[in-house]
Amino acid sequence: MPGLLARVYVTPKRGILDPQGKAVEQSLHALGFGEVSDVTVGKYVEMRVGETPRETADARVRQMCERLLANGVIEDYRVELVPERG
Amino acid sequence: MRWGVVTFPGSNDDRDALRVVARVLGDDGVALWHKDRDLGGVECVILPGGFSYGDYLRCGAMAKFSPIMAAVVEHARAGGLVLGICNGFQILCEAGLLPGALVRNRSLSFVCDVVTIRVETTATPFTHGCRPGDLLSMPIKHGEGCYVADEATLAELEARDQVVFRYVDQAGRVVPEANPNGSLGNVAGVCNAGRNVLGLMPHPEHAAERLVGGEDGLKLFHSARAWLRREPQGDRTEAPVPEP
Repeated sequence: MPGLLARVYVTPKRGILDPQGKAVEQSLHALGFGEVSDVTVGKYVEMRVGETPRETADARVRQMCERLLANGVIEDYRVELVPERG
Repeated sequence: MRWGVVTFPGSNDDRDALRVVARVLGDDGVALWHKDRDLGGVECVILPGGFSYGDYLRCGAMAKFSPIMAAVVEHARAGGLVLGICNGFQILCEAGLLPGALVRNRSLSFVCDVVTIRVETTATPFTHGCRPGDLLSMPIKHGEGCYVADEATLAELEARDQVVFRYVDQAGRVVPEANPNGSLGNVAGVCNAGRNVLGLMPHPEHAAERLVGGEDGLKLFHSARAWLRREPQGDRTEAPVPEP
């Protein structure tokens, strides 16, 4: 069984103030990228979770998100599991 | 009275808080360590300002799992007094002892200033010695002090009188120009539903001696002490305050 790599994307919840996203959007506009809108800035967490069955790994990474990696008051998260590259 | 101040790795206002309770108030100040598992019989726990665990991941996110936090939660659940200042406020929100969260200042800049805050409710152990509408002057110094919560939570906070302090101008008006960080509703401090846990971004412990510019912050400490001793306060309102 190949090991798994978990990719966790933590992003500001919709409707919650995201001053970083706003500032980046304004800067992009100033640089001439006027087509850009709804910029949000989040976090990317990557980790090896070893040779765990996919379902178990998924459940455990979600627990990690709920307990530590994301704050449900202000953030959403998304988990991807991909085979670890040799 | 017996106060405890928790030092987390990265706390930097812990000594200042201890100085206020021990030297200014003349009370017992107990230095608590993040690895301690009990609170040493203190009556009020202060979570001080600073940058616990380097503010990694989110401010307060790591500190909430410190061994001492289990004891702090237990103390709070039992009705004990907890005061979170700045990073301490962030930790209390992360730990779920207070609603909402503190995010990056709307300006994206660290802000270091003296602000005026208005006492919105005197029905807490920390403010019952104030009058409603009292204006207090205190320093702030933070990069992540923008208070946010979803609309339902905010409405509930307002309805239950849990907004304890708001940023105002010197005339006491809630205006955007007086808001240093973009906090929703100019909120500077909130309490829990039980009213025994207070968190605020301004620093009462840095406004406790005339030498450093003012002593409005002392009102919070005096209030808590009088409340624990059940001393009547001159202008106390009739609003209910939890019993010790």
